Amino acid sequence: MSDVNNSQSMATTSAPIVLEARNVTKTYGHVTALAGVDFELRAGEILAVVGDNGAGKSTLIKALTGALHPTSGEILLDGRPVNFKGPLDARHAGIETVYQDLAMAPALDIASNLFLGRELRAPGILGQVFRRLDKKRMREEARRAMSELKFRLPSIDNPVEALSGGQRQGVAVARAALFARKLVIMDEPTAALGVRETGQVLELIRSIRERGLAVVLISHNMPNVFDIADRIHIMRLGRRAAVVTPKTHSMNDVVAIMTGAATA
Amino acid sequence: MSTVIPSSPEPKASLKARILGTPSAGPFLVLLAFGLIFALTNPRFLATHNLSIILQQTVIIGVLAIGQTLVILTAGIDLAVGAICVLGTIIAGKMVNLGYDPVLSMGFAILVCTAAGLSAGGLISALRLPPFIVTLGILGILTAALRLISAGGAFAVRDPFLAWTGNTLKLGGFVLTYGVLIMVALYAIVWYLLNETKWGRHVYAIGNSPEAARLVGIPVRRHLLSVYLAAGLIYGIGAWLALGRIPNADPNAMQTANLDSITAVVIGGTSLFGGRGGLIGTLIGALIVGVLRNGLTLAGIDPLWQDLVTGILVIIAVALDQMSRRRN
Repeated sequence: MSDVNNSQSMATTSAPIVLEARNVTKTYGHVTALAGVDFELRAGEILAVVGDNGAGKSTLIKALTGALHPTSGEILLDGRPVNFKGPLDARHAGIETVYQDLAMAPALDIASNLFLGRELRAPGILGQVFRRLDKKRMREEARRAMSELKFRLPSIDNPVEALSGGQRQGVAVARAALFARKLVIMDEPTAALGVRETGQVLELIRSIRERGLAVVLISHNMPNVFDIADRIHIMRLGRRAAVVTPKTHSMNDVVAIMTGAATA
Repeated sequence: MSTVIPSSPEPKASLKARILGTPSAGPFLVLLAFGLIFALTNPRFLATHNLSIILQQTVIIGVLAIGQTLVILTAGIDLAVGAICVLGTIIAGKMVNLGYDPVLSMGFAILVCTAAGLSAGGLISALRLPPFIVTLGILGILTAALRLISAGGAFAVRDPFLAWTGNTLKLGGFVLTYGVLIMVALYAIVWYLLNETKWGRHVYAIGNSPEAARLVGIPVRRHLLSVYLAAGLIYGIGAWLALGRIPNADPNAMQTANLDSITAVVIGGTSLFGGRGGLIGTLIGALIVGVLRNGLTLAGIDPLWQDLVTGILVIIAVALDQMSRRRN
């Protein structure tokens, strides 16, 4: 099954590294969440991050997006060391995160949610003096973003709460894709979805890669991971146990590495 | 698992669907129904003179309800509305009676009301206290303080500037007060802020989900502060309008203003849970209460029935809101 997908994965092995972590640790008192983890994400690839509960997946992601400060170690974006003070810093640097609870205002429409916190103002006096929003342009851009991602929605004017779970996830992913300049991080994007909707979201993730962005996908769902990832970063006990590809390793191999029953 | 919605990529909503989808449609129909009943049962109801009186009677609660709407949209509630407004009338009245310039006095009174709103907002956003408790506390403090300041009693305020908002003007045969015009202008301005600016968008976003608002980078606490500040400013203007209607500064006045303003907001279709609703609904809600009072009075029905009907309307409005939320 692996050679059917991943048409682009050949290019990624030599692509430049976008985001990198070197020997990052994070301790809370006596508890070690990250025990010197390395991480590298290459341009234009989908990198899955897998691991058992407590292996350090989410701590690693939080360290990468500035949601927490590593105890030690280095994080580099495009080869330059960065020191994010918070998630906003990461966003300004071009890293978008799709949170598990999606971070949406349910009663606001799709376009409003896409531009939430980054609203466009009307040109000229109306915008500068009267601070008027450019609703028309936001709606058009929202429509364009959704169609570029080939994601069909009943209407861009619907409130988000009227959408199905998959459609909501689609909007959240589209928002990340619209604003990300370097990479998108997704935390369990298919966890709450049915089979058909999961397929749609995976399609979206592929479209993001086609736009040249790198994607970090945190997931428990092995079939999804093998379906879509170019490479798989396996966490175990706060470290990177291995990085494998769906071509060279099977699901059983990956689970074995996750649990420590085997090494890569 | 999920049902597919069969649709063209961008279906145009039908007129009927668009009307039903407008949140203020329901309240508007209620207003229309009451208007119709009163008009049919009493020919005096629709007289321009009477309609003008309804508007004038709606002015104070109508304006206070603007501030209340802003607060409720952020999922808060303001129980200090009436107290802050009375504070404005007492300060302005006291200063004028002491011989200060009336414009300066009113300006200072509005400033103090704004500061009162700001301190409520500060306690709510900085200490993360529930709005219900903070504004209840401010209500208690102000009520006591006002009685101390004014030595318990009401006093007359005789000043042409402070009473100016009660002056009438003729607009195409229709008699209005400047207070009514100020109310309409305030509705227009705050409507614009809520619907056409980033500030308003973020008010809704915070009411919907403070956590989502924070994650997308909205400075939630600072924004809440600005909402309570704006509300305080509006209550201060409300104090000026109150002096225009009754040239009296009374520490015991407006005891029902809290509930009346909340009633207008809720009947107008704004959700007490925040993030849904809007200002047009509030204006209609305030008018419903005004029309109800007026119509029942004209019909010679005991005023207690007004409160009874208003109470029923509030319960229906909240029940409808709950039901629509549960469906989602």
